[in-house]
Amino acid sequence: MALLDYFLRKKEKQVATASKAKERLQIIVAHERNKRNKEPDYLPQLTEDILQVLRKYIQVSDKSLSVNLDKKDGDLNVLELNIELHDEK
Amino acid sequence: MARIIVVTSGKGGVGKTTSSAAIGIGLALKGHKVVLIDFDIGLRNLDLIMGCERRVVYDFVNVINGEATLNQALIKDKRVSTLSILPASQTRDKDALNKENVGKVLDDLAKEFDYILCDSPAGIEAGAMMALYYADEAIITTNPEVSSVRDSDRIIGMLSSRSRRAELGLDPIKEHLLLTRYSPKRVAEGEMLSVEDVEEILAVPLLGVIPESQAVLKASNSGEPVILDIESDAGQAYQDAVDRLLGETVDFRFLVAEKKGIFSRIFGG
Repeated sequence: MALLDYFLRKKEKQVATASKAKERLQIIVAHERNKRNKEPDYLPQLTEDILQVLRKYIQVSDKSLSVNLDKKDGDLNVLELNIELHDEK
Repeated sequence: MARIIVVTSGKGGVGKTTSSAAIGIGLALKGHKVVLIDFDIGLRNLDLIMGCERRVVYDFVNVINGEATLNQALIKDKRVSTLSILPASQTRDKDALNKENVGKVLDDLAKEFDYILCDSPAGIEAGAMMALYYADEAIITTNPEVSSVRDSDRIIGMLSSRSRRAELGLDPIKEHLLLTRYSPKRVAEGEMLSVEDVEEILAVPLLGVIPESQAVLKASNSGEPVILDIESDAGQAYQDAVDRLLGETVDFRFLVAEKKGIFSRIFGG
């Protein structure tokens, strides 16, 4: 039987799924790394905390605050806060 | 200076404990003083893989809570005198560990040992974070399989953001990739990610490739880490990994499927 198997096996065309795995991994890993590098874990919580402090004094909506951490050349990191203030009526 | 090495992976069941046990024994056989710590609080298993499960009296959490001294809790390996094991607790809650009390235990161990190997629990919860926090080096255990590789990448991110070295702005944790359950035959058939594929995706230097081997189950069945099975392919592959960890250059073995002879092809088997 082994002899028969040997000849039959030659005819079966293997579908190589490893290359598909590699491709999918490269995409998802790059995507997740990008997200990770752009945004430190503490950023969402920091944004929330800043909003709460602001609301003690002024009216701000969730969308009027943006918090970004930018990596500049060398060891310099810049934390950028943008608060949009609406005219009081 | 003791080297603190975490054996980690993100995903469970990829061989962290098997690898910790094998590498711990391997380093100790080279004459180094080694302590293996089981960080999997609540799910103690390193003792079983090491074959010392019936000698556990006190554990890591007992030491943390001051109910036992380190020397009372450490179990000396019966095969290699320079190796000790600090077992995890079986029942206590996971919140027992924190940065301060773990740091103190590691400081005490560093006075006595050359290598502190931390066997991490799976996942990215507090337990896994504690295991990697103080690490100088990390052995990232990965199977050539999509979910394991992705989780390894998550853990690599944690190593560079959540460790003590990251918080203090010190040199980053030195990373090593350990590929386990590797099947050269399936790689040749295009069914499994190759060593090169995983290296390329994770971009971590390769420490070792452990072939899928029946010797691993036999080893855990009997509580004799597979590196002691010097005839086995997996045992030899772990030995090579230990040598590389010690700075030697060793060629990689077991990366190519053994060719079947003409007789076994015709007659089977």
